[in-house]
Amino acid sequence: MTSIPIAEPTDTSTAARPAPAVTPSAPRRGSRRWRPGRVLAWVALGTVLGATLFPFWWVVRTGLSNTKELTTNAGSFLPVDLTLGAFRRVLGVATTEDAVAQGGSGASLNFWLFLRNSVVVATLITAGQVFFSAMAAYAFARLRWPGRDAVFFLFLTALMIPPIFTMIPNFVLIKQLGLLNTFAGVVAPYFFMTPFAVFFMRQFLLGISHEVEEAALIDGAGRFRIFSRIILPISSAPLATLAILTYLQAWNEYMWPLVVGQREDVRVLTVALALVRQQTPQGSPDWAGLMAGTVLAALPVVLLLLVFGRRLINSIQFTGLK
Amino acid sequence: MRLPGSTVPPVAVRPTPRTARGAGWRQREGLAAMAFLAPAALGFGAFFLWPTLRALYLSLTDWDLLSPPTLIGFDNYVRLAQDPLFWNALGVTAEYVVLNIGSQTILALGLAVLLHRLTRSMVIRGIVLLPYLIPNVVVALIFLWMLDFNLGVSNEVLEWLGVGRIPFLSSETWAIPTIAGINTWRYLGHTALLIFAGLQAIPREVYEAAAIDGGSEWRIFTRITVPLLRPVLALVLVLTMIGSFQIFDTVAVTTRGGPENATRVLYYYVFERAFNQYDFGYAAAICTVLMFILAAITFVQLRLMRANQSDLS
Repeated sequence: MTSIPIAEPTDTSTAARPAPAVTPSAPRRGSRRWRPGRVLAWVALGTVLGATLFPFWWVVRTGLSNTKELTTNAGSFLPVDLTLGAFRRVLGVATTEDAVAQGGSGASLNFWLFLRNSVVVATLITAGQVFFSAMAAYAFARLRWPGRDAVFFLFLTALMIPPIFTMIPNFVLIKQLGLLNTFAGVVAPYFFMTPFAVFFMRQFLLGISHEVEEAALIDGAGRFRIFSRIILPISSAPLATLAILTYLQAWNEYMWPLVVGQREDVRVLTVALALVRQQTPQGSPDWAGLMAGTVLAALPVVLLLLVFGRRLINSIQFTGLK
Repeated sequence: MRLPGSTVPPVAVRPTPRTARGAGWRQREGLAAMAFLAPAALGFGAFFLWPTLRALYLSLTDWDLLSPPTLIGFDNYVRLAQDPLFWNALGVTAEYVVLNIGSQTILALGLAVLLHRLTRSMVIRGIVLLPYLIPNVVVALIFLWMLDFNLGVSNEVLEWLGVGRIPFLSSETWAIPTIAGINTWRYLGHTALLIFAGLQAIPREVYEAAAIDGGSEWRIFTRITVPLLRPVLALVLVLTMIGSFQIFDTVAVTTRGGPENATRVLYYYVFERAFNQYDFGYAAAICTVLMFILAAITFVQLRLMRANQSDLS
């Protein structure tokens, strides 16, 4: 990774309320000469960065290796017998003989199917959750109705409940509705809202000036018109941030799809990759193939970081300090 | 807040007071609110509120999903108190949380101070955050490979150093510290960025004054940075600790509770009880206890660290 393109140079809108006075630079004291302390600090930071990045290199290195040769050269820093064979196996474009010759099983992973499933699930969850949460946030932030604050508080208390607590009854519900092993079942609990998404959007909507809406109301615009023509366009920045966060979360989710979406036609990538490993508990799995698969599963995430780097970083700093 | 010109309706000059809009406007606003809230309320009711109540009820029943649940009062809780596997799960989880949160918080505090002192580079912050964005399952697989007893790079290095190979994930002693380490790797950057945001909120003048007074780096850190950071640290600790208690993915991929129950953490135990043994009532009871533990930890931590009071004001 060489650079993180920055979409907008000053993206203050991701923070839904004024960020805590951001000092423009780290405090600089005295001269900028290379004092020993400063050198030491850079060495420490470099070590952390190295430790962070090394596993990524190791995965790529293994993915580009020949599984059969890995045993003889386990410590080699560079790919062993450099080949794209593992990636071919994962993507299903290698012939069975080639695959077996390089230590693969010859069985296909159905990578494209699981990739499609992950994309479908993450996209549906993101679209539904962001839109419906924005609507709910509008009701909480911009409209006055009896019991509003009590209901909002109730929504927030759901943040305190550990996900596994609701997972058991949710599984039962999905089963009773006959939605096991369907996309609807995998998506359902996150499709309509999460307390965090509502909270996130509400914080932003609270900050919009009332005059904007008043003017439209006086002109006779309905609430839905105001929402779709005024509120949503103004909120495009936080909506985008929320969408990225939601997509990541949905892409990375493991436990829920494991429980309700085992069958191949709805199995997502995380579940599929974990299963590959579990099917070879004792013997040595096709490590190069598995690592090639993890590279491909992590790729969309890395791309999101490359494209939306600053937005992601800012949003994470905000979410912690709500 | 500027609007794109096309969407701005011409500003009406008529000075219409709110009260003059007719008697029904408040009611209409209520109706509109209900319409806006409907989808989210459906999701909240069906997948948050109702299951919460249902789980509380299920914890008082014996249920295998095939026959209807039978109410058995607090039997599940009595059974839980006498279940060595539950206490084992609680102990293992506690050990994991202490190791994970301990190492992660100290390292993250150090990393946040380094970032704050040295650089504003978004690239460096992006690298630091990268592990947090990768799926848990992928992270677990990566380390499963790197820590493999025979082929893993870690053991190659250890052997080269003359330490000898370590069965990281297959020994009872090493498994939990190893999993704690894996997740420290994953969450370090995220935690550091949270603390970093807190550091940015400390006014520069405070540091400048300290510099004029000739305070050493360490003295500034212990006497100024840490005290002023306390509310942020408290929040970060609560957030990360709650997350840490919910360890599941890494265990499910690497050790599956073994060896010999050494990594059967609470989430994994609940998962097995519910979805392998169809002991739904009992699993719900464990979840209920877990929820109270988390609530208690949150409450105690926020109290102890007086998180709502800032020393800055």
